Amino acid sequence: MSMTLHTEGDTVVVVNRRFAAPPKAVYRAHTEPELIQRWLLGPDGWTMPVCICEARPNGRIRYEWSNGKGGGFYLTGEFLELEPFRRIVHVERMHLPDPTPDNRIETLFEADGAGTAMTMRMTLPDGATRARMLSSGMERGMEASYRRLEQLD
Amino acid sequence: MQQLDGVFAALSDPTRRSILARLAKGEATVMELAEPFDMTQPAVSRHLKVLETAGLILRRAEGTTRPCRLAAGGIDTIEQWLAMLHKALARNYERLDAILAADKSAKRRSKR
Repeated sequence: MSMTLHTEGDTVVVVNRRFAAPPKAVYRAHTEPELIQRWLLGPDGWTMPVCICEARPNGRIRYEWSNGKGGGFYLTGEFLELEPFRRIVHVERMHLPDPTPDNRIETLFEADGAGTAMTMRMTLPDGATRARMLSSGMERGMEASYRRLEQLD
Repeated sequence: MQQLDGVFAALSDPTRRSILARLAKGEATVMELAEPFDMTQPAVSRHLKVLETAGLILRRAEGTTRPCRLAAGGIDTIEQWLAMLHKALARNYERLDAILAADKSAKRRSKR
């Protein structure tokens, strides 16, 4: 299914994605650690050995990723609001290893026929944060793209 | 287009990305940059030359040193960051589709 990603002004990124499953199932996949660990992994080859996700207001979030080759980084956060099966508001920051500024993320799960229309709204990181994220190990998948682009000229 | 190619080429090297990450925290001299990377100063200078040519960093003269800093607006990191985010999320949600589909068929089986 296709995903759209667009910016609103200079500071907001909005992601839209439809899922065939109903909101309850998609919401659970965003709040239950044993499910999160199976998909929230980024580029192929990464795993999430540590997943703490306390889905209640003020509940902690901690995701640790590893590339299996000694590389890794982690994210921490806190839940602010949860409306079961419909809406999640949380803050998160990447540790690279210095923490990036807090990013407030609102995720909406709305019934769409038999499926779910998900809308995720997040803050665009500032320039220095973007440079750090881009230069971290996160974008391993991007390296191949850069190389291909280089070969085009 | 030539400039964009230069930017991508400059960013294709992990050392140069690390140098940019270091400079995102503030100005640094060649000596300061060479130390954490366990590299000789000439080797660091070669990387800096690539970054400077691509318009990613600026250097100024200060006595005998030429401190480096990130060029404001020289790197359109928004586009790159969005591309990285798009790629990571698209892959994540493909995995999630598969998990949700498997969950659904498991439920069907258990109802029989």
